[in-house]
Amino acid sequence: MKNILFFTGRELTVEEMQEPIPDLHHFAVQPGVSDEPKCQRCGNETNFSSHPCARCGKECLYCRNCIKMGKISSCTTLYRWTGPEPDVPKAAGILHWSGTLSPGQKTASDNVLQAIQQQKEHTVWAVAGAGKTEVLFAGIATALSEGRRVCIAAPRSDVVRELAPRLQNVFPNTPPAALYGGSPDRHTYSPLVISTTHQLFRYTAAFDVMIVDEVDAFPYTFDHSLQYAVQKARKTESALIYLTATPEPSWREDIQSGKRDATLIPARYHRQPLPVPSMKWCGNWKKSIVPPAVLEWVKTKEKALLFYPHIETMEKALATLKAIDSRIESVHAADPLRKEKVAAMRRGEVPVLLTTTILERGVTFPGVDVAVVGAEDRVFTESALVQIAGRAGRSADCPTGEILFFHYGKTTAMVQSIEQINEMNKLGRQKGLLDT
Amino acid sequence: MNRCLLCENGTEVDSWRAFFGAKAPPLCEVCTASFNRLSGPCCHVCSRSLEEDGECTDCQSWRKSIFHSNVSLFHYNEAMQDVIAQFKYRGDYVLASIFAEKIRTEAKKAACDLICPVPLAPSRLAERRFNQSEALIVCAGLTAAPLLGRHESEKQSKKSRAERMNAVQTFYPTGEATGKSVLVIDDIYTTGATMRLVADALADAGAASVKSITIARSGS
Repeated sequence: MKNILFFTGRELTVEEMQEPIPDLHHFAVQPGVSDEPKCQRCGNETNFSSHPCARCGKECLYCRNCIKMGKISSCTTLYRWTGPEPDVPKAAGILHWSGTLSPGQKTASDNVLQAIQQQKEHTVWAVAGAGKTEVLFAGIATALSEGRRVCIAAPRSDVVRELAPRLQNVFPNTPPAALYGGSPDRHTYSPLVISTTHQLFRYTAAFDVMIVDEVDAFPYTFDHSLQYAVQKARKTESALIYLTATPEPSWREDIQSGKRDATLIPARYHRQPLPVPSMKWCGNWKKSIVPPAVLEWVKTKEKALLFYPHIETMEKALATLKAIDSRIESVHAADPLRKEKVAAMRRGEVPVLLTTTILERGVTFPGVDVAVVGAEDRVFTESALVQIAGRAGRSADCPTGEILFFHYGKTTAMVQSIEQINEMNKLGRQKGLLDT
Repeated sequence: MNRCLLCENGTEVDSWRAFFGAKAPPLCEVCTASFNRLSGPCCHVCSRSLEEDGECTDCQSWRKSIFHSNVSLFHYNEAMQDVIAQFKYRGDYVLASIFAEKIRTEAKKAACDLICPVPLAPSRLAERRFNQSEALIVCAGLTAAPLLGRHESEKQSKKSRAERMNAVQTFYPTGEATGKSVLVIDDIYTTGATMRLVADALADAGAASVKSITIARSGS
């Protein structure tokens, strides 16, 4: 029955239930806000407001934290399916992939598989461009073959949209359900779910394997309710896999001290070292906007990303740089043409793309050079700079690339990001994962 | 620290002002700046922006009504659309407090005998859990006089401009307002059709004149 599939693992308000609602005896109910108060969907315990409610006739508390996903009030009832789970077909886990894993990937893949089989926690710390998605294939295949349900949670919807077709290709028998705000898949059932962390709020004890991609990325690290969502959506007995290229310092400590079970892939799949950034003093760039050194750099480039710390300085710089080459563009998070400009950059139509940290991760432009203007600004944390450097030299055809930090005073973040990259290259060599 | 109702930023007042009882504003400076206060020449009936002060063609063409005038506070720009959508459709009641002070000031200027909310049809009220017009009045510390009821009908916001201008009456009087001036407070003024239907129903309740205050003025 189609409805049962939809309800499995979900916990929903009556507005989210699709008609006709199947056998109500198979639903457990609870109030949307508990007495403490605590929102039973997102776990919020501090951000509430209230008003006289026309439905229940009382002064009714509502959660402001997850209100963008539909309002949860004291008089809201949450419905959770308690009937039988659907069978996952045996063929669900058949893997259609002919690629080979690098030795670094192979180790990580084996450890992920083992963690999934033993329902344990495991972290994969893989440098940008290591090929961390492929590391998941064997584990997901095994889980699906054994009739278990798998979720990959990512912090941003563009990552979900990028991952879904890749997994669809390798698991053609199990088209994944891609969930993000406004997604066309939101009413479909699949044993393989790829979701933004926000959409996980609608699940309870649903997944046997929970994989959290880019665990260090905004907003996951800052938003405790998203961590709550991850814990709520997985079953008590389940595996939890974390993926990251730049773990936070506290995670790194836990990994190095052995408190956190982890696999490190310090080298890229193409066996070339990570390009190392260099630093160049450029004077007060806030005044000059495009310092002479930056201008000279831009003039020589055919394919480059130029990071600015703020939209305002970036837009001023664009005006100056457009005079050199009118094809130069800029992009930021709220830019309505963001997708189009990134696509034009991919097609090679934009020689230099100015950007905020929005393009620090998740994007690949083969053969790109990278510079940061105002690298000392506090938005450029150690992780941000490592991620930015990770844009260069990703493809096997162009494994090198230039990375330049233009600055008006060195910061610890800049120095440590370069140290981190050097350290990874050293480890890669020690482990025999690099050719040079 | 107090948090902005729309983002993660803090909102603080200088400590010396807090000492004299000043409250932290509901929004941070960035969010406050994203709203665009209506100013400059406008239609003295409906607040529409014009080249010079006067009466716009729409208002000239409306049939005779006890409707006197509308004052809108803000342009219906993107930030305002977002905040009204979160308030009205998402049901974030507390956002009414963003406008409380300005509504109170304008209501004082309008100096009417009674303040009446725009009613919702029963099914819509149950769906939304509260009446946004009443919420704006109550949060401004004013007293709402429920003088009207509303029959079930289609959503106004789903209708075209022509459909709105010729909308049929769905409001009916439930209270007594003989000889009174009535102030109506609502979220958006678009064509003025809703306000004139409200005014007609208030005329049936005996009202002598009707003014309105709306958060945003939409339409060109």
